[in-house]
Amino acid sequence: MKFRDEYRDPAAAHRLAAAIARTVTRPWTVMEVCGGQTHAILRFGIDALLPEMVTLVHGPGCPVCVTPAEYIDKAIEIALRPRAILCSFGDMLRVPGRHGDLLAAKARGGDVRLVYSPLDALAVARAEPSREVVFLAVGFETTAPANAMAAYQAKRAGIRNFFLLVSHVLVPPALRAILNAPGNRIEGFLAAGHVCTVMGYKEYEPIAARYRVPIVVTGFEPLDILEGLWLCLRQLEAGRAEVENQYSRSVRRAGNQPAQALIREVFRVVPRRWRGLGDIADSGLGLAEAYGDLDAERRFGPVCAAGGNDGECISGLVLRGERKPPECPAFGTRCTPQRPLGVTMVSSEGACAAYYRYRLRQLAGDKAT
Amino acid sequence: MQLAHGGGGRVMARLIDTLIRPVFADPEIDRRHDGAVLEIGGPLAFTTDSYVVRPLVFPGGDIGTLAVNGTVNDLAMCGARPLYLSVGLILEEGLPLDLLHRILASMRAAAVAAGVRLVTGDTKVVDRGKADGLFVNTAGIGRVLVPAPLGPHAVRPGDRVIVSGDIGRHGIAVLAAREGFGFESAIESDCAPLAEPVLALIEAGIAVHCLRDLTRGGLASAAVEIAETAGCAIALDEAAIPVRAEIAAACELLGLDPLHVANEGRFVAFVAPDDADRAVAVLRRHPIAAAAAMIGVVHAAPAGQVWCRGPLGIARTIDMLSGEQLPRIC
Repeated sequence: MKFRDEYRDPAAAHRLAAAIARTVTRPWTVMEVCGGQTHAILRFGIDALLPEMVTLVHGPGCPVCVTPAEYIDKAIEIALRPRAILCSFGDMLRVPGRHGDLLAAKARGGDVRLVYSPLDALAVARAEPSREVVFLAVGFETTAPANAMAAYQAKRAGIRNFFLLVSHVLVPPALRAILNAPGNRIEGFLAAGHVCTVMGYKEYEPIAARYRVPIVVTGFEPLDILEGLWLCLRQLEAGRAEVENQYSRSVRRAGNQPAQALIREVFRVVPRRWRGLGDIADSGLGLAEAYGDLDAERRFGPVCAAGGNDGECISGLVLRGERKPPECPAFGTRCTPQRPLGVTMVSSEGACAAYYRYRLRQLAGDKAT
Repeated sequence: MQLAHGGGGRVMARLIDTLIRPVFADPEIDRRHDGAVLEIGGPLAFTTDSYVVRPLVFPGGDIGTLAVNGTVNDLAMCGARPLYLSVGLILEEGLPLDLLHRILASMRAAAVAAGVRLVTGDTKVVDRGKADGLFVNTAGIGRVLVPAPLGPHAVRPGDRVIVSGDIGRHGIAVLAAREGFGFESAIESDCAPLAEPVLALIEAGIAVHCLRDLTRGGLASAAVEIAETAGCAIALDEAAIPVRAEIAAACELLGLDPLHVANEGRFVAFVAPDDADRAVAVLRRHPIAAAAAMIGVVHAAPAGQVWCRGPLGIARTIDMLSGEQLPRIC
């Protein structure tokens, strides 16, 4: 398959792995930010090609994983209202709130619809003017432009029965939070190529300088990740801390400016609570005042932050890169995708789900020996 | 379609006599009796399946072709020649009669193509909103042609795993039709009867140990089910598994794994290692199995495990989906 197979070429992958092995002289810990990269690493076994001195740590870049339980609870509450239609991307439907998930709400009679684009949700609102249609707008900067476009079109067309329940998050504040944490062991980052396609990478330059960490904007195919790692490790070995762009076939330094303009038009930067990372200042997007009429929290009441804990689930430590999924005593036994204890086992981009999906055999073998 | 069409009176009789019986055109149905009386010798295979699909009509088939081929294929997987099918229809009030006619005609055409007769049936009509247009149940009987029963119990370490063609077409075709994705090239379902290639394997004297048609859950579910039941391990080679470029592209876009995507005209065969090359050659002589390929091998342990060697030479675990396959956010 064109534009894919050439980035999975085994000979080229082994050449890059050899280059990495030649580059590395001491142990390094690098975090890949995006859940899509985590899955590629585990699916293709990229970590198995690396020297033992290189430790990959999986980052918080799974939009489903970092959405707090109280948002899911609010979405369920809305879905169960008689006139409401709750529209969501597919992988949000199985995420547990404190009282079940959206699929269970659907089974209880809630009108929950899987859509592939926020504009599909807007189309539902147009088609059913007597219903109140709510789109669950989650994700990083990658999904923000499309969600902003739905809000922009709804406002321009005067559609009054369309709302967004927003839980957007931003990558750079999360990187700062990870680097500021007392136990931080991350020495370099592979930044998320899709996020940077939208936002560019200018905003990462002060982080690289302030914390002395190399940040390499990296794609999602095996050769992308290997090359991103090689660039990152080369910087670490040379004592450099710069922003480099491995994913240049998609990413420009300034990013996609019309998309950024649309985000600025519709959203404003707000504080946000992250599942696993807690409250982070200026780390999210909420609807701008001019779009307040579209805010589902204004129409249906605010999301109520409440304590509660995840029981024995260590997903917070996993999302901060402090633990790897197999280090959890419940992994693969009391916690599986069928009966997840936490969200990192549910989401298709969650680190625990990735280990469970791709590594169970090796892990079972490891435990046996 | 109105409720009266299922009421047991004249309206229902007219529906059956003018729309259903003429299409199926079988002497057993024309007898208008409570059941069919059939002559069958030897060991029998007997199976049933119910069909619900949205949309009812999709590129490459409709619920009628599915309902006939699905049951024909279940019989074929028993090493049987499919002979007779029953048809139970549950119709929703408001279903357009011309759509019903089209689907019945598809069933008839699929039955002719598969060499089976539709010999008995039943029709019910339910209130609007109680069914997705039309549900179909078919049951089927076939004559078993293999000397020993096929199944996971007969799978042995060393057996080779053969898939009868490229995977993932049905699931993507139905998803694309349901969601209105405008893919550049139309993706058609692989829905097809599998009895002919299966019977060809048996007639060629191939030591077939187990057959499984790939339906919901895809190749992954079939492999895991067999590994778990047989108490063995299965190693697959990703590069050997045929996937068309447009299916691979659609899966990339939607975040789906082709190994989990549904098929309706593909099966896997577990055969003795010495017969594997010949089995592939026999299958490839049939148009619906022209892309047949050897994709893996059975190991003794670890029991119940399936893994797949990827392009970089490193194996990943293959598991069943935990629930529905849900497309990702980004």
